[in-house]
Order: sequence, then structure tokens, then C-alpha cells
Amino acid sequence: MIKFNDVTKIYPAHSSNGSPTAVLQDISFEVKEGEFVSIIGKSGAGKTTLTRLILGLEEPTYGEVYFKDKNILNADPSEIQKIRRSIGCAYQDYKLLPLKTVYENVAYVMEVEGKSHGEIKREVSKVLELIGLKDKIDNFPKELSGGEQQRLAIARALVNNPKIIIADEPTGNLDPYNTYEVIYLLEKINKLGTTVILLTHDREIINKLGKRVITLVDGKIIRDEAGGRFII
Amino acid sequence: MLTNFKRIITFAINDFSRNKGISIAAVFVLTIAIMLVTGLFFFQGMAGYLISQIQDKIDITAYFKEGTQEQDILDVKDEILKTSPNIKNIEYISKDQALAFFNEKHKDNAILSKALQEVGDNPFLPSLNITTSGDPLQYAQVSNILQTSDFSKLIDKVDFSQKKDTIEKVYSITTSINIFGIIFGIVLIIIAILVVFNTIKLAIESSREEISTMKIVGASDWFVRGPFIIQGIIYGAIAFLICILFSGIFSYFLSPQIRAILPGFDMFGYFLTNLGIFVLIQLGFGIGVGVISALIVVKNHLEV
Repeated sequence: MIKFNDVTKIYPAHSSNGSPTAVLQDISFEVKEGEFVSIIGKSGAGKTTLTRLILGLEEPTYGEVYFKDKNILNADPSEIQKIRRSIGCAYQDYKLLPLKTVYENVAYVMEVEGKSHGEIKREVSKVLELIGLKDKIDNFPKELSGGEQQRLAIARALVNNPKIIIADEPTGNLDPYNTYEVIYLLEKINKLGTTVILLTHDREIINKLGKRVITLVDGKIIRDEAGGRFII
Repeated sequence: MLTNFKRIITFAINDFSRNKGISIAAVFVLTIAIMLVTGLFFFQGMAGYLISQIQDKIDITAYFKEGTQEQDILDVKDEILKTSPNIKNIEYISKDQALAFFNEKHKDNAILSKALQEVGDNPFLPSLNITTSGDPLQYAQVSNILQTSDFSKLIDKVDFSQKKDTIEKVYSITTSINIFGIIFGIVLIIIAILVVFNTIKLAIESSREEISTMKIVGASDWFVRGPFIIQGIIYGAIAFLICILFSGIFSYFLSPQIRAILPGFDMFGYFLTNLGIFVLIQLGFGIGVGVISALIVVKNHLEV
């Protein structure tokens, strides 16, 4: 479903004295449909750059990134939009739309696709119920707790029935109880057939999950194991 | 398409009403800028009136000799109109009209009436009263015609020679007023546009993260851009309504004061006569600057 082929990403130097930074070096891996893959590494290991490459927010310096056999580098803007719509993303900083209510935040993802009002209403209610935010549909993100905001971000990622969910440090700002809730939710989504890519540096989560783990250190993959553990 | 358009409008209205602080600030700045442009238009109207008043005072009167035929005088009139078609006004005043004007003007002055009776006959000469545009060149053209040999023999006297310096001075002042008005206006409009642009830039900058999120979830550029453009239209439309209302009230209540400084200039009348232009300027400036600013600023954030 997602394939990285010898991908290197180098950011140019910010100043004349600085040197270019290689964030990812010769990265190759493949994520198959229905898999639950965790990508682990310390902050700055290149995890977020990986997601930005998948979403077409960055271009690789070398190598190719494929989404369903389509080289993202060759995709035109409308194809990039389609790719982004078929990927659900949840971030550590939630990236919610502050001026929209809970309902509107989730509905927005369907509205950009031009779905009908009736379908949006039905699907959004369903996903908010699943995520446990049905009684807060008229609240704004700032009126929610951190855990609720993250659940809302996941609801937004889920509502379009995406083929894949990328969760970038989704538990970074959460207490252990909410962390458990979010991970439980991701597992549940995966069991329903959605591919999940979890990026984290949380040892406990990884060890508890017991799923495939790709370990990134200084922009290189040093380990890729099924049923892996958190070892850096 | 229509569904998307409706959604974009709903987003814009929601964002406008939920982001009250920024919306009020943007409308306020836009209102000030439009008022500035409106003020310039009023200034232009007053300056134009003043200039035309001064220029109207600059006339040439050619007095024809006693016994000159009316047809000969009208021939001179036609020749002047042929040579200087842009002449503001040219009026033939016959001997009888001149006497009638005099009597009307001095009907309360017994001494003058008596003096006229003493003279007995109508002492006035037929004349052509010519009002030029104030341009010294046109003035020179008219005076040249009057001095050509064909016509000079019909003319008793022309009262232009002593006005030449005054005309040149007035023309130079009015030209300076016009140039100053244009430069001052352009500078103020540029400042107004920059201030509005920066306010809208600040308003949109606060949504920078939001724009990036919209792009990440797959929104098209127009779906992201649309609400900001509609908000630009809302800012402009509200600012326009405030300004047109203020302009009306302002010109109505200030009209007597302005008339005291500039006799004959009716500020409120000027506003009503030019209402269409006022609407066009205010609406055009408000919505135009609002929308263009939004387009430029959002474009910078869409490069995702």
C-alpha cells in the first residue's frame, strides 16, 4: 500500500555557514494493506518527515515514495488531494480547526469531498458516537480536554473510512488513561481492516502492542521486525 | 459545485462571526481607509468647484463699436467657437440687454438711474462675453481672433490686456492644486491599501495552521481560499455600508460650514448628485482591497 524505495531527504542549510541536514537516508520499507506498523525513534529521527513524504507535503531528495503503486512525486495536485483524502491523520498537536465545532471539524473532511449533507450527518454522528464525543458536538476544540481533542482528531481521521491512518505521536500530550484509550481505538480500527501507521517514541505502548516495529535512528532504519519491541 | 459554494459561504459567515475581534479590526481599518478615499473625493469636488469658480471669473468682454450689425457680431462669435470649440461660454449681449441688465442691477441706486436719465440715450455698447476654460493658451487664441484685422475694425475695446497676468497666476495655482491633489491622493490611497492589506494579512496569519490542516485533509485550493475571499467581501461590504451612511450624515451636517468657507458649494448636494460614484468608489475600494489582500495572503500559505 505504501512503499519507500531508497528514500533520502536532505534539507538545505539555513545559513551560509550551516551544512545540509540529511533527515532520512536510504529508507526502504513497505506497508501492506491491513497492517499495524509502528515507526519508532527519538525526536528528530525523521518520523514526521516520513509522514510528510507520504502526504506529498515534502518531496524526497532521492528515491521514490509510492501510495498504491502511484509515485507521489509524479502525482498532479488533484491526485495529491485524492491521496490525502484517502489517508486519515492524527497528530500530537491535534491540528483541529479552532473556529469549527466538534461536529464541523469532523464534517469538514467529508465536505471537502463534496459529500451530501445527509451522508455527512449520518457518518459524523456515527463516528462521534464511536469515539465518545456525541454529547459534545456543539463544543469548540478549546472547550475539550487534551484526550477529547485527540479523540476528535482520530474521529476526523476515521470519518471518511480511509484506507490508512497515520497517527503521529498521538499520545504525546495525553495522560496514561487517555493514552490507553487512543491506542485501544487504533487497534480497534485496525481490526476493522484499516491500515495503521503509528509513529511514537513511547516504549510502553510499543511493547504492549506486539506488532511490527520499524526503528529509525538518525534517519536510517536499523531494525524492521514483526512483533517487535522498543529497542533503541 | 453549488453545494461547495454554499459550504464556502457558510464557512465564511461562521468564521466571520466566531472570530469577532479580528473581524471588527478588519472592518474598522477598512472603514477608515474607505473614508480616506471618500474624503479625497470630497476634496476633489471642492477643489474642482473652487477652480471652476475662479475660472468662471476669468472672462473676456469684447465691446463692439456703435452701430455694428448684430450679424457681424454673431460672425465673430462663430469664428471664436470654430477656433476654440472647448470654450466654456460665449454670450452675445445686445445694447438693449446691456441696458436692461444695468437697470436691473442698479434699480435701487437712484443716483445711477438719474445719471443714466441725464445721458438720455442708451450709452451701452453691444458686446460678446467670453468665458474660457482658464487655460492661458485658450485665452491667447481668443484674443488673437479679436485682434485680427477683419474683426478689430468692429471692436471698440477688449478688456483682456489687464487680466493677462492674473489669468496666468490663477492657471498656475489651479494646475498646482490639481497636481498636488493627484499626488496626495495617490500617496494616501497607497497607504490605505497597505494598512488594509496588513490587517487582512494579520487576520489570515492567525489561520495559518488551519490552512495547512485543510490542505492536509485534502481540501482543494479554492475550498481553502474561498471562505477567506468571502470574508474579504463581507469586510468590504460592511465597511461600505458604514462609510456610505457616514458620508451622507457627515456631508449633510457639514454642508452649512463648508458653504460658509466655499460659498455656493453644497456638500450634501454634491454627495447626492455623485451618489453612484460614491457607491462605486467605496464598494469597489472596500471589496476590491479586501478580496485582493485575502487572495495574496492565502496564496502564500497554500504552497503545501
